[in-house]
Amino acid sequence: MGKITGAQMLIKCLKESGVEVIFGFPGGVVIPIYDALYDSDIRHILVRHEQGAAHAADGYARSTGKTGVCLATSGPGATNLITGIANAYMDSIPVVAITGQVATHVIGTDAFQEADITGITAPITKHNYLIKDIKELPAVIKEAFYIASTGRPGPVLIDIPVDISKGYIDENLKADIDVEGYKPTYKGNPRQIIQAVKKIQESKKPVIFAGGGVTSSEAAEVLTEFAEIAHIPVITSLTGKGVFPDTSDLSLGMAGMHGTKYANLAFTQTDLIIAVGVRFDDRVTGKLSEFAKNAVVIHIDIDPAEIGKNVRVDVPIVGDAKNVLSDLKTKYLEIVKGKISPEQAAWLENIASLKSKCALRYDRDSDALKPAYIIEKIYELTKGEAIICTEVGQHQMWTAQYYKFTRPRTLISSGGLGTMGFGFPAAIGAKVGNPDKTVIDIAGDGSIQMNVQEFATAVSNKIPVKIMVINNGYLGMVRQWQEFFWNKRYSHTNIADSVDFVKLVEAYGGTGFRVKEKDEVESTIKKALEIDNLVLVDFWVEREENVYPMVPSGSAIDQMIECD
Amino acid sequence: MSSSHIISVLVENKSGVLAKISGLFSRRGFNIESLAVGTTDDEKISRITLVVKAENHSIEQIVKQLHKLINVLKIQELDPSNIVERELVLIKVNSDNNTRAEILEIASIFRASVVDVAKKSLVIEITGNSKKVEGIEDLLKPYGIIELVRTGKIAISRGSKK
Repeated sequence: MGKITGAQMLIKCLKESGVEVIFGFPGGVVIPIYDALYDSDIRHILVRHEQGAAHAADGYARSTGKTGVCLATSGPGATNLITGIANAYMDSIPVVAITGQVATHVIGTDAFQEADITGITAPITKHNYLIKDIKELPAVIKEAFYIASTGRPGPVLIDIPVDISKGYIDENLKADIDVEGYKPTYKGNPRQIIQAVKKIQESKKPVIFAGGGVTSSEAAEVLTEFAEIAHIPVITSLTGKGVFPDTSDLSLGMAGMHGTKYANLAFTQTDLIIAVGVRFDDRVTGKLSEFAKNAVVIHIDIDPAEIGKNVRVDVPIVGDAKNVLSDLKTKYLEIVKGKISPEQAAWLENIASLKSKCALRYDRDSDALKPAYIIEKIYELTKGEAIICTEVGQHQMWTAQYYKFTRPRTLISSGGLGTMGFGFPAAIGAKVGNPDKTVIDIAGDGSIQMNVQEFATAVSNKIPVKIMVINNGYLGMVRQWQEFFWNKRYSHTNIADSVDFVKLVEAYGGTGFRVKEKDEVESTIKKALEIDNLVLVDFWVEREENVYPMVPSGSAIDQMIECD
Repeated sequence: MSSSHIISVLVENKSGVLAKISGLFSRRGFNIESLAVGTTDDEKISRITLVVKAENHSIEQIVKQLHKLINVLKIQELDPSNIVERELVLIKVNSDNNTRAEILEIASIFRASVVDVAKKSLVIEITGNSKKVEGIEDLLKPYGIIELVRTGKIAISRGSKK
């Protein structure tokens, strides 16, 4: 029997799990793993900070549907992954994080670069492992990928002590896994589905509320079919953007704090919410006691813990969104046959008039450089076919509002955790996973500085991501809150004197442009899209432009601050 | 309204599992009143018995969250009206020639046993439900309790059902 090292076994198991690329950064206790990688055809992208590796793995996963993999050393390498792991956890993204650990016999002695990473990540992983016996290795790797990518997806961390990766193991050792404590429910209860169809039949003003779970289960197509057959308008969450085409008459866009006015009003008026793969986050619901007071709620989710967590549910359906929606569609066609009542027809007319009356607006005639104008131009010039990543803040909300997403996995944005610095490394991951697509990070001047070191990763690995910086010289979202709720006391949000972004990107070997005038926007974006390199466009936008509408924190979602 | 709930959890007997479970309770804002752990008839499986004070709605959420832990195999919330519950308590109490007889009498009324006798103290072992334990504790207090150790509650449902 041939023996191989634990590190070689790890690489072999990663190959068997279908891994094509790893985002990582070496260090002392992962040298054996990096040595094994040296002989492997798995692509390794060397980042410049482990946080970048975790976000890149996340962006890769969101944009491809495959499981993303990141690798870091023990101690600070592992702790640098944490924001990325937490981010993937909050948005249910399949990521496997592999960390090195000090040797088993020194664990617990505060050894050099030791950190209890399984302890630290317990609240932000779906599951984690500390491998203590080399024989567990093949089964743990297989199990980790299985757990990360099935059910409600999420990050799984595997901590591998250096003596395990240096130790020897029979190369033919087979991994048999049986995860007794993990049996996700995929099929919806048929009686509940019939119950749901009855509620739909009785409803006069139904809406569908679709979120990231629809993307995870690849259910966008069946969701769209169902919405069209049943003539039900669709509201999405931020992570649900793209599961239903924004261009459709039935689309109400995103609801919530910076959602469209018509989506928020539709929530307030509806008598039936068909919620799919959403968790009713506070940024969507606003004041819970006022949220959708008149609505019956059908909640479809693969995670039973989400059902009834925030919003009272009348018809709970635990199951995979794609399965449940296709069953629901079949039953709906059998029972209701796509006939719509006069009341529902009136509701659709009401929706259409809300959409035209309360459309998103900004001062289009202004000569000033408006963020929304830039986003619209990016949409036009990419024909809506790019993968758009964002950081977190005002630019993120403008992107969600003004770029029309028509396909799932085209908006890569940190929803739950709201992580500044996510977008650019995520864009690197997305571009690695989708080399033929245009990948754009729409950023703020604050956020982009949080993982700016990854410019080097993009240039040296030839990953031609485009960055559009909506530069207002402020930490804009916080400034907006200070303007509205804190008497314009702009405490520590003015960052106008940060850096010359054009010179910065050039220093890394990328290309930079600066745009100050409205009439330069289109030509510069065109140029940026044509260059096969890292490009950053620094848009000097009107500094105190706000995101409208806005529901103040803790208010009901029909209480919106609107632009003049 | 918040009340005490007895939750019995079967878990894989692996290191770190107890920390994952107790961590889940603390980060969702629950205080564990008592916790007892031991292996079952299958040595690969342990049973954790938790007593938690919480509202019905939040206990439902925490049970759902517990289910999501991969190492958790089965969860039962035990119905207090249909279980046998026990706790073992060791009480070290001050005693001298004047009080020893009284204390021994109290112990015998509660069917507790004396497991250590010294010149100035007695150690009393008592098994029972919370009421019984609290009862003897109250009666022994005036003599001066030096130390009290309790195992935490364990419980099993009545009848042949598992």
